[in-house]
Amino acid sequence: MSATTQSPAGKQPGTGKGTGKTTGANRAGSRGGTTELVSWKAGVGLGLLAILGTVLFGFLANTKSAGFRIAEARDPNASSTAAWITLAVALAAAAYVGFRWISQRREGGGVDRWIPATTIAAIVVLGLAALGVARVEKITVPSMVFGWICSVLLLALAAYACFLTVQRRKVPAWVGGSFAVVFLAGFMIWIVAGGRDPEPSISLAGLMAGAVTLAVPLVFGSLSGVLCERAGVVNIAIEGQLLLGAFSAAVVATVTGNVYAGLFSAAVAGALVSLVLAVVSIKYLVNQIIVGVVLNVLISGLTSFLFSTLLTADPEHLNKPGRLQAVDIPFLADIPIIGPILFRQSLVGYLMYVAVIVVYVGLFHTKWGLRVRAVGEHPQAADTVGINVNRTRFINVLMGGAIAGIGGSFFTLVSVDAFSKDMSGGRGYIALAAMIFGRWNPIGAFLAALLFGFADNLQSIITIIGSPVPSQFMAMLPYALTVIAVAGLVGRSRPPAADGIPYVKG
Amino acid sequence: MSEKTTPEPQALGDDSAHVAADTQVPGGTTAEAVASDVVLDTAGGQMPPSAVPAATQRRGRDHDRDGGGSVLHQIFTGNAMVSFLSVLLAIVLGGILMAVTNPKVALAAGYFFAQPGDLLTEVIRPYTALVQGSIFNWAGADLAAQLYPITETLTVATPLICAGLGVALGFRAGLFNIGAQGQIIFGALFGAYIGFAWHLPIGLHLLLVILAGLVGGAVWGGVVGLLKARTGAHEVIVTIMLNYIANFLLLFLLTTPAFQRKGSTNPISPFLDSTALFPELLGPQFRLHAGFLVAVAATVLVWWLLNRSTIGFEFRAVGANPSAARTAGINVARSTILVMAIAGALAGLAGVAQVSGTEKYLSGGVAASIGFDAITVALLGRSTPWGTFFAGLLFGAFRAGGVAMQAQTQTPIDIVLVIQSLIVLFIAAPPLVRAIFGLNPRKKKTTTSGTAGSRTGGVKSGAAA
Repeated sequence: MSATTQSPAGKQPGTGKGTGKTTGANRAGSRGGTTELVSWKAGVGLGLLAILGTVLFGFLANTKSAGFRIAEARDPNASSTAAWITLAVALAAAAYVGFRWISQRREGGGVDRWIPATTIAAIVVLGLAALGVARVEKITVPSMVFGWICSVLLLALAAYACFLTVQRRKVPAWVGGSFAVVFLAGFMIWIVAGGRDPEPSISLAGLMAGAVTLAVPLVFGSLSGVLCERAGVVNIAIEGQLLLGAFSAAVVATVTGNVYAGLFSAAVAGALVSLVLAVVSIKYLVNQIIVGVVLNVLISGLTSFLFSTLLTADPEHLNKPGRLQAVDIPFLADIPIIGPILFRQSLVGYLMYVAVIVVYVGLFHTKWGLRVRAVGEHPQAADTVGINVNRTRFINVLMGGAIAGIGGSFFTLVSVDAFSKDMSGGRGYIALAAMIFGRWNPIGAFLAALLFGFADNLQSIITIIGSPVPSQFMAMLPYALTVIAVAGLVGRSRPPAADGIPYVKG
Repeated sequence: MSEKTTPEPQALGDDSAHVAADTQVPGGTTAEAVASDVVLDTAGGQMPPSAVPAATQRRGRDHDRDGGGSVLHQIFTGNAMVSFLSVLLAIVLGGILMAVTNPKVALAAGYFFAQPGDLLTEVIRPYTALVQGSIFNWAGADLAAQLYPITETLTVATPLICAGLGVALGFRAGLFNIGAQGQIIFGALFGAYIGFAWHLPIGLHLLLVILAGLVGGAVWGGVVGLLKARTGAHEVIVTIMLNYIANFLLLFLLTTPAFQRKGSTNPISPFLDSTALFPELLGPQFRLHAGFLVAVAATVLVWWLLNRSTIGFEFRAVGANPSAARTAGINVARSTILVMAIAGALAGLAGVAQVSGTEKYLSGGVAASIGFDAITVALLGRSTPWGTFFAGLLFGAFRAGGVAMQAQTQTPIDIVLVIQSLIVLFIAAPPLVRAIFGLNPRKKKTTTSGTAGSRTGGVKSGAAA
């Protein structure tokens, strides 16, 4: 808890974060100034991980090669055209953003926040499109050689971080970022090469597409969390919202015979859970975390009870919803790799993109969003300028519930076509973690949820091809990752200031 | 329970809020008191409230509130009444739920106006089975069979009480410990290993098993405290994640030769040595074991720790207001680590009660849902040691009776979850219960704006006064 000191040097210009948002980040503690004690957390943490990586990828590597299958296009011609166009667009975008980046740096001012991320994204798309244009079917990597290359890179990055710490300088973000990328690459190669086959390989496109699919309920859940917590209400009840959403989607879709009615009812069900949360915690001022936990138990008991009594007695008329079919977006779905991943989703999947964008723009670029954030940060001030704090919270919690409910419909309308006991399986809690991981930001939460989906899907794929690591440890991975992230990275971020504090006017 | 001997940690809190709260409480309506409690609890909106509001822990608080009311009035609006009504309301709602989903009831409702008794019978039947399965079975052949349910309740309650105490301790220190599940698993893991892998003389063996369980739980809980204190990682997230990690670790270990039973393909451990088991209290026909006595001892210990020891005072001070505690010279980081370690040790004791008392071996489902039930137990007990003890007994009765109910009337045991969570929800929101039963004091109109009967109006006017 050494976080009470504030750097006298203040904010550093040019770190790319110099917007008004970071002014409250005094809990970040030691930043910048040479008189400050620089945390060894980054250096030690990276060092340990690098040693672990060296042992695994280097010393424990085998002589097999790891294969990553890439192209699985259905229509080669359309795919090829799409690939060329994507290549051109990505090239133009990368060039433009890169130019903006360099010119802004040369002027000496801060770089806009979105530029580095966008550049990286454009370059990744560019690379994937290039692979599609070249019609690469499969990348095969000798695991031993690449394992050692990755190990050396990891050790070098960790050493650099330690060097900077000795010099009492802040470890820049790119060190951590590239460390993560190299570690991931080394890990993937090592784990795939450890498969049972003589030439083990996995489908990269399948891995990614599965990751996005598995992430859908997590994204909806974490968006629900973002909406509530930005307004200052802790929403632990995401799990319950997902579960009741799944339940009512299944029942209503079966009874009405219309999946869209099911989807709508899922939103209503999620909002219903939120209504209880809002009434009890906002009106009756009960601790929000307690209400959330209790609601999760209540919904779990309720749905399990109704499932055991009603749904199992008559599954034909109560628990047989149709499925929302995957819909291809005409041209975009033909882009190699990216197309099947992003543009071959069910309606719920597309709603996910829409929700992320709407929540992001709404929260950070509209008058409404400014008010919501004011309520979450400083309700007294918001009240003073005439914002109705508790009504804002009420509405936000309800909206969050509706969004999580839609996420819940994923379980019964997309993933499996029947409801079963506790089928959300703790994903509401993972969504909560994703929200915190994503620093209470819709985009961040989306990316964090994708990461969890990726780890989840990787685990199931690795279990199929066989792996040197026991499957239980693979299953543990996302959770261990969260602990590391929450302890190491997100400790520096902070929740909305009034999060979890009931507002009493006065 | 009695907090008269130690000074109130709330006294360290924000002065203005404290004064404001104090001046408002006497003579105000209940809603005003709730509002002022919230102001007190959050130090005037500066920090998140602790899981169990400090104000609810104080004895006689309600008497202050209802100042001039009659004794009868106090009884009917007091905390005990609210708790009783909460249980009643939850049971009624559970009954309604069972009624609307039971096909027989639907049948009975068809001729409801002819014979309303049938409908009632169908609703009451599961509850009768519940009581028969948890307290006293009057249909039993002999005394042993009649008393079997109550011993079963105590057996089931044992781990709930231990783990509940751990969660309650965390609440009092302002930490929300969802990690009892993982801590139980670790306690069971350590205890069971000593139990079946070592072969020691009677007495010493059990002692070591208990000790190992305590250490196991303390390690897993202490990690959370350490991360929270050193990096500021939120304990809710960390404990949730550690639950999963502990669970997968257990599943993995049960497939290794060190833990898996010889000649078995199932992921279960060998039976614990008979020297490592809790002695059976009432003979072999009952499952009740000496672990229950350990749970009672743990309750006494936690009561002493919280109300009579310096460390306990520090815990409560940190829970009431960490900033004020730090200013007063309390080492908050040390308190956080210590409280999580002790909470983990208590949960670990629950794990030992499972492997060394009830189950007698280690399996993947050793923790069942005890860790999550423990949260509701602690909430129901308002985080006081004896409150948690009796809440554990109540939930143990629900569990034990629920099994009997499911067997006899085919009512799914999930209804127990519904009733349990409804009880906790109602108990957490006394004004809600009072509103439902129309018990809200409508004595005075304190301000011109709010009518004293309407809740929101009351809250606003109370805080504005």
